[in-house]
Amino acid sequence: MTRPLLSVRNLTIDYVGLASDFRAVDDVSFDIAPGEVFGLAGESGCGKSTIAFAISRLHRPPALIRRESRILLDGRDVLDLPAEALRQFRWREVAMVFQSAMNSLNPVLRVEDQFHDVLKTHGERDRSRRRERIAEVLRLVDIDPDRMRDYPHQFSGGMRQRIVIAICMALNPKLVIMDEPTTALDVVVQREILQRIDELRRRFGFSVLFITHDLGLMTQFCDRIGIMLAGRLVEVDNAATIHDAPKHDYTRQLWAAFPSLHAEHGA
Amino acid sequence: MTALLALDDVTKTFGYGDAMIHAARGVSFELKAGRALAVVGESGSGKTTCARLVMRDYAPDGGKLVFRGKPMGDRTDLVAYRRAVQMIFQDPFASLNPAHNIRHHLRRPLRLHRPELKGAAIDAEVLELLRLVQLDPERLVDRHPFELSGGQRQRINIARALAVRPEVLVADEPTSMLDVSVRLGVLNLLNAMKQEMRLGLLYITHDIATARYVAEDIAVMYAGQILEWGATASVIDRPAHPYTRLLLSAVPDPQIRFADPAGRLDPDAAAAVRQAAAVPTREVREVGPNHFVRALPG
Ligand SMILES: Nc1ncnc2c1ncn2[C@@H]1O[C@H](COP(=O)(O)OP(=O)(O)OP(=O)(O)O)[C@@H](O)[C@H]1O
Ligand SMILES: Nc1ncnc2c1ncn2[C@@H]1O[C@H](COP(=O)(O)OP(=O)(O)OP(=O)(O)O)[C@@H](O)[C@H]1O
Ligand SMILES: [Mg+2]
Ligand SMILES: [Mg+2]
Repeated sequence: MTRPLLSVRNLTIDYVGLASDFRAVDDVSFDIAPGEVFGLAGESGCGKSTIAFAISRLHRPPALIRRESRILLDGRDVLDLPAEALRQFRWREVAMVFQSAMNSLNPVLRVEDQFHDVLKTHGERDRSRRRERIAEVLRLVDIDPDRMRDYPHQFSGGMRQRIVIAICMALNPKLVIMDEPTTALDVVVQREILQRIDELRRRFGFSVLFITHDLGLMTQFCDRIGIMLAGRLVEVDNAATIHDAPKHDYTRQLWAAFPSLHAEHGA
Repeated sequence: MTALLALDDVTKTFGYGDAMIHAARGVSFELKAGRALAVVGESGSGKTTCARLVMRDYAPDGGKLVFRGKPMGDRTDLVAYRRAVQMIFQDPFASLNPAHNIRHHLRRPLRLHRPELKGAAIDAEVLELLRLVQLDPERLVDRHPFELSGGQRQRINIARALAVRPEVLVADEPTSMLDVSVRLGVLNLLNAMKQEMRLGLLYITHDIATARYVAEDIAVMYAGQILEWGATASVIDRPAHPYTRLLLSAVPDPQIRFADPAGRLDPDAAAAVRQAAAVPTREVREVGPNHFVRALPG
């Protein structure tokens, strides 16, 4: 295969405590190719968001990345980036939609200004050109650009989440990390947005790290999927294989617990 | 069976003039003891607004909220109401206080609303609540919210609402961040509370399969209106409104890959369905036993 865009090697992360450390991520390795959508699934608390934060260099103490860990983006070790390079790296190289996306907008800033901040830090000086770009990416997620002067609380949870996705697209990053980006969206809008992201990544060639609890959705969207259990990556394979012929017991259990739309209710 | 709680033709708007948003347009529904009503629908259609109307965080602009047969004015029985009607919020990151640990979050409602519990019994109940939502009490009880994963926080919210033993529970996307096995555990817990404690449940979700799992009745919202409602099985198996059909057709299905053009949802067709669904109408048609749909324009 071509050189991976992202290469995670032996990633081990502890939450350091007074009495003892908690190993949240345990010796995890995987690659994401340019233009590929890679999914991470696994039980609540198994370490998915912790990995996402480390790749974005947004982890904070008490999270401690152990020394043998490597995170290479385009061959450069993300964990060694100096402060100035890090500024360039955020949004331009890697952009992240947080699990708490609907809550990550600044409540006292108009939606438009949240974009201006990101675009300005990265050199676009002309306000009207910035505004054009904002309108363009808002349209990508089906938010009426006329509403860019509204404040976050004036939007529903799902609309706020789409705005955050739009901010991530604004600078054409190489890798977009999406930590449960669509939990607040109805299935139609969810499908439309992910189909759109699927088109965009084919057009612009960015890669996606996609985290969700919805294995069905993950299979529809991802090229490859990694299954995590208690901090470890227990199975990585093509999406179709994860669905049709999972090898690990835990993956099979995940499928078995999948409630069906056409089964009777539990009462 | 009479309703425990009802919204009766409730309207709620935000903003003025051209920018006015009709978040709820003539919304009516009933919550009954021991039963669940699921509310599904478009993002931004007014589901959380309905929840906040039920919580009395907003007063309706028109129509009324009725609790145990009594219309609720601005301040009617507010203290008793707050105990009887609990909510699990959509956003588990915003609804926990970062300054306090989990023990504090769960002790507080117990102290306020469960006076029969004293001293050590309170702490025992805190641990029991954590176990109920499949969290390890020893590991988590002294942690702060920011030391928990998304799904763990979501379960703290659930435990906190259950602590009060409410008569009515409004659950706004309570399991969106939970993996399937834990999700099933929480849904079974809600089902058990319905049956054993006669809980009336308003279950707001985007996950229609889970709606089928917990709710006897379902309502489909679009642009502030309930478009179709009735027995969950009937609505899901024989959807009458084009928007309900669109919604059901988009439920994630691992057999359909996005990369495969045959499986693509057509955004233009979806836009046409939405446009038609956005036209307000008061006309209602009965399509089957306990199954209703708003008349379509034209
Ligand atoms: N600041 C912290 N201090 C101590 N432990 C933490 C901290 N943050 C997270 N953890 C623990 O690390 C583990 C991994 O958390 P993480 O947020 O990565 O899980 P996740 O896989 O994203 O889960 P979810 O699907 O519920 O969001 C969890 O067990 C969590 O309790
Ligand atoms: N405080 C507010 N001020 C102005 N507009 C609001 C306010 N709260 C909600 N709205 C608007 O009312 C409409 C309904 O919002 P609501 O939060 O009820 O939607 P929802 O169905 O819960 O959506 P989601 O599934 O995305 O959470 C949206 O158009 C939203 O922008
Ligand atoms: Mg997480
Ligand atoms: Mg909502």
